[in-house]
Amino acid sequence: MSYFLFRRLLSLLLTLLLATIVIFAVLEIVPGDPARLMLGINATEDAVAALREQLGLNQPLLTRYFSWIGGLLQGDLGRSFTYSSSVGELIGERIWVSLPLALLALTLSTVIAVPVGLYAAARRGRASDTAIMAATQFGIAIPNFWFALLLVYLFAIVLRWVPAGGFPGWEAGIWPALKALALPAIALALPQAAILSRIARSALIEVLGEDFIRTARAKGLTRSQTLWHHALRNALIPVVTIMGLQFAFLLAGTIIIENVFYLPGLGRLVFQAITQHDLPVVQGTVLLLVASVVLTNFLVDLVYAWIDPRLRKTAQ
Amino acid sequence: MTGQRSDTGERLPEAGSEPVGLARRLLASRAFLIGAIITLVILAMALISFLWTPYDVTKLVIANRLKPPSPSHLFGTDHFGRDIFSMIMVGSRNSIAVALVAVGIGMAIGVPLGAWAAAKRGIADDILMRTNDLIFAFPSILSAVMITAIFGPGAINAIIAIGIFNIPVFARLTRGGALSLWTREFVLAARVSGKGAARISIEHILPNITNLLIVQGTIQFSLGILAEAALSYVGLGAQPPMPSWGRMLFEAQTMMAIAPHMAIFPGLAIILTVLGLNLMGDGLRDALDPRLRETK
Amino acid sequence: MSYHRFPTGLAAALFLSTALLSAPALAAKDTLVMGVVLEPPHLDPTAGAAAAIDEVVYANVFEGLTRINENGEVMPALAESWEVSEDGKTYTFKLRSGVKFHDGTDFDAEDVKFSLDRARADDSTNAQKGLFSAIESVEVSDPQTVVVTLSNPAGSFLFNMGWGDAVIVAPESADGNKENPVGTGPFKFSNWAKGSAIEITRNDGYWGDAVALSKATFRIIPDAAAATNALLAGDVDAFANFPAPEALPQLEADPRFAVVQGSTEGETILSTNNSKAPFSDIRVRQAIAHTIDRQAIIDGAMFGQGTPIGTHFAPHHPAYKAELIDTYPHDIEKAKALLAEAGFPEGFKATLQLPPPTYARRGGEIIASQLREIGIDLEIIPVEWKQWLEGPFKGDYDLTIVSHTEPLDIGIYANPDYYFKYDSKELQDVIAKLNVTADTEERYKLMGEAQTIISKDAVNGYLFQLAKSGVWNAKIEGLWKNSPVQANDLTGVHWND
Repeated sequence: MSYFLFRRLLSLLLTLLLATIVIFAVLEIVPGDPARLMLGINATEDAVAALREQLGLNQPLLTRYFSWIGGLLQGDLGRSFTYSSSVGELIGERIWVSLPLALLALTLSTVIAVPVGLYAAARRGRASDTAIMAATQFGIAIPNFWFALLLVYLFAIVLRWVPAGGFPGWEAGIWPALKALALPAIALALPQAAILSRIARSALIEVLGEDFIRTARAKGLTRSQTLWHHALRNALIPVVTIMGLQFAFLLAGTIIIENVFYLPGLGRLVFQAITQHDLPVVQGTVLLLVASVVLTNFLVDLVYAWIDPRLRKTAQ
Repeated sequence: MTGQRSDTGERLPEAGSEPVGLARRLLASRAFLIGAIITLVILAMALISFLWTPYDVTKLVIANRLKPPSPSHLFGTDHFGRDIFSMIMVGSRNSIAVALVAVGIGMAIGVPLGAWAAAKRGIADDILMRTNDLIFAFPSILSAVMITAIFGPGAINAIIAIGIFNIPVFARLTRGGALSLWTREFVLAARVSGKGAARISIEHILPNITNLLIVQGTIQFSLGILAEAALSYVGLGAQPPMPSWGRMLFEAQTMMAIAPHMAIFPGLAIILTVLGLNLMGDGLRDALDPRLRETK
Repeated sequence: MSYHRFPTGLAAALFLSTALLSAPALAAKDTLVMGVVLEPPHLDPTAGAAAAIDEVVYANVFEGLTRINENGEVMPALAESWEVSEDGKTYTFKLRSGVKFHDGTDFDAEDVKFSLDRARADDSTNAQKGLFSAIESVEVSDPQTVVVTLSNPAGSFLFNMGWGDAVIVAPESADGNKENPVGTGPFKFSNWAKGSAIEITRNDGYWGDAVALSKATFRIIPDAAAATNALLAGDVDAFANFPAPEALPQLEADPRFAVVQGSTEGETILSTNNSKAPFSDIRVRQAIAHTIDRQAIIDGAMFGQGTPIGTHFAPHHPAYKAELIDTYPHDIEKAKALLAEAGFPEGFKATLQLPPPTYARRGGEIIASQLREIGIDLEIIPVEWKQWLEGPFKGDYDLTIVSHTEPLDIGIYANPDYYFKYDSKELQDVIAKLNVTADTEERYKLMGEAQTIISKDAVNGYLFQLAKSGVWNAKIEGLWKNSPVQANDLTGVHWND
């Protein structure tokens, strides 16, 4: 187990290191001089040169890379070019929108998908199963931003139950904040729930067909006992994997959904920073998103190993 | 996932082993039939749009703007007085082209890489898998945004951005399928007879994973349609005057209250296309993988 | 009995409902959430060109010697009065007493001298240094009096001192104004949640009449759809410059909102690179002018909001020459003939770069479609503002669409290096004469001549005067109808019940 952990941890660190190189390199190619962009059209060449010096843009590539990494290790993500505040501060403000949103969506999609998947598996082949499966096919095919538009139209404009967008901030209270996140979370969650419920269904069906389940049934356990004690635990493996993948997907999905609902989250921050060539913000945010994906995958692997001890051995 | 199933010792169906049976199974699959019909209709629509559309989509007739659906404009008109049905027809070309080329890129690069890694193992395999992890670590829409920040928005850059994410998908699938095949007797026999790794990959490995690739290709195709729509929606896909479904949705969103038809029809077009491809993919997988069929 | 009970019940209901209705009146609303499309890069109006800065701080946080009111008139501000010498070169400003900056420091003549000298210094980062170019010296005669001497008489000097770029700042706080603006205005800066909102609160130590609002929030909503939704959902009380003209009919029909159409100084034009072939050929520019259908652009891009223009001048100005709209009437055949004469019988290809605003993105699609009729095939390139400033505004472009929102800015045509790259001796002479003319009648005549020259030369495609569509809660009073300068002056805003 510890060897397995060590190996996974090593590969996690390696991926992160490679990611920093890729992010840094990609942003080097982005055209446009950040100093000139910051100062605007009336700036003199001298002023631009001075700012380049001040921002450290004149140093060699490697020096800049290592000073960025050095700063990262000390928790310093640099200063934003467009806003005069630190990247860490900006991310710190925004993450309290994006993270709750992604978690809310993940919870929502799991809460919907697992029971639906189980129900469909239990009623396999019957009309209700067929109906559910047809519905999930639709769910998968719906673009979440289109779904978001319809939700806004119905619940915010016509019915006025929830705000159409924006975020009052957590200081305005839990309830108003949750209300503002409700539609974005639903828009993100429903298409994901469709995928997850299909996975849950087929995983369960597969497990139910296996020998040990037949044995359990033969030993006299009832159908529901079998389902709960044996089948579920084994069916969880693919479900957890997909949930892990979904978390990454949901974080990325917030980029578009935050733009639909003008939520001041990480997605909109990175989107704005890219169009404004605010390199330190782009680097910091992208790295954070990448790190969260890699970390989630790592956690999924751990859960995986915990659920199915066999995998610990084969992973070697 | 599909690739890893072969370790159960199941014999993979070999290429063209039972074409008649396959065709019969496909025709018996309701999912496949519905999916195939939808896909064919969309494809036909895209092809017909080259020759004919009810109205010219490049000509703006401002006086005719925001008309609700009617017999003369089945899906109504947009804010420039263009016929939405015609725009959906022409827009289908863009969606299909971008998704198809992106899948093509993924296969053309991913499959050889995966086969190579499976044949060589060791370091080559490690490097490939690490690179895969790396690419998977970047949320695709984020990278697409970064790519378009470098090269500027446009259909070509959308293709590149989506294509890059198809490479590891196919590489991983090919590697998984190929790894188990390399231990099989007929491959061992080929090795003994002195065939090189490249030749074995082409002659014995690839034909045996074609089914997997086709199924995955269909799925990636539908994901590509969704990804293209998302990119166009944020303004990073095809540029006007070329109509695209995602852009139509972007333009529709300020007009939801006065012209909801502008949002509804392009959205339905996306859903229908993705649905058709997914159903077809499911039907294909069931028909090609006998084991899955049993569990149904 | 029931016959009696009914009216009683009704009366009770009426009483109750009036009681409920008047309840909010007791606690009169004194906060405002205002939507703005662009987030300012920082909050120092003396160090940036972005209109988004003035939209937050002008008249609210910072004040100048003079201020410009809703109708474009010059009003006293920190200077309570002034005298102009006979030769028009010496301005003596009498300053208000008892004025304090938000950080508690006193305002006096030294602050005025500091601000003006800072703005016109060689290393100044003021975006509108031209406003101060006429100043020869600034002298402090006593703490309440400043004497400004000009090198030559400038009719617009008092107006210039009312710009956001000419506000008075304190030497103690000037360097920190980008993040923490310290002015003399009736509102103090209180918070800026980056990417989301900027908050200002009432300054209780204000020298003038206290403002009715205790707090105002500028919420940044760059997206037109989100702007509409935010208004409908009640998240935002007002949009001084509403970005989605297509939603106006719906908002007008809604009794909760007041939709107010005002004028702006924004001439929206198809800017043309006059130094680049084939646009350097006047026949090509004339062909474009003959092809453009202004009304279709106004209807299609702005949903009818806007006034067609035939030259670079605001239609509401008395010197505007309305007849220039017909200099090149819509005539496709004539356009084709001109294009053929210029050597392009089959047309040609060119690029059209479009900055983010709706008028540009949508207007560009319509213009591209119109020009296709005469064979000009335009590739549409959407650009962000920063790219626009780096590219087209530096002269690297074929065609672009932009609204020039500075008041009375026809003088830009006299600068051959300006991004139109238009070099006309005739026009330069007229503008030179205009700059030294003080007589109003004579000035209007010269302005008319300049308008005619650029219209005849078809320097740019003249499209329409941008309309200002203000949308706000019907209970709000005191917001500007017109926008002579880009500002959201909240000093007179209050809720009406």
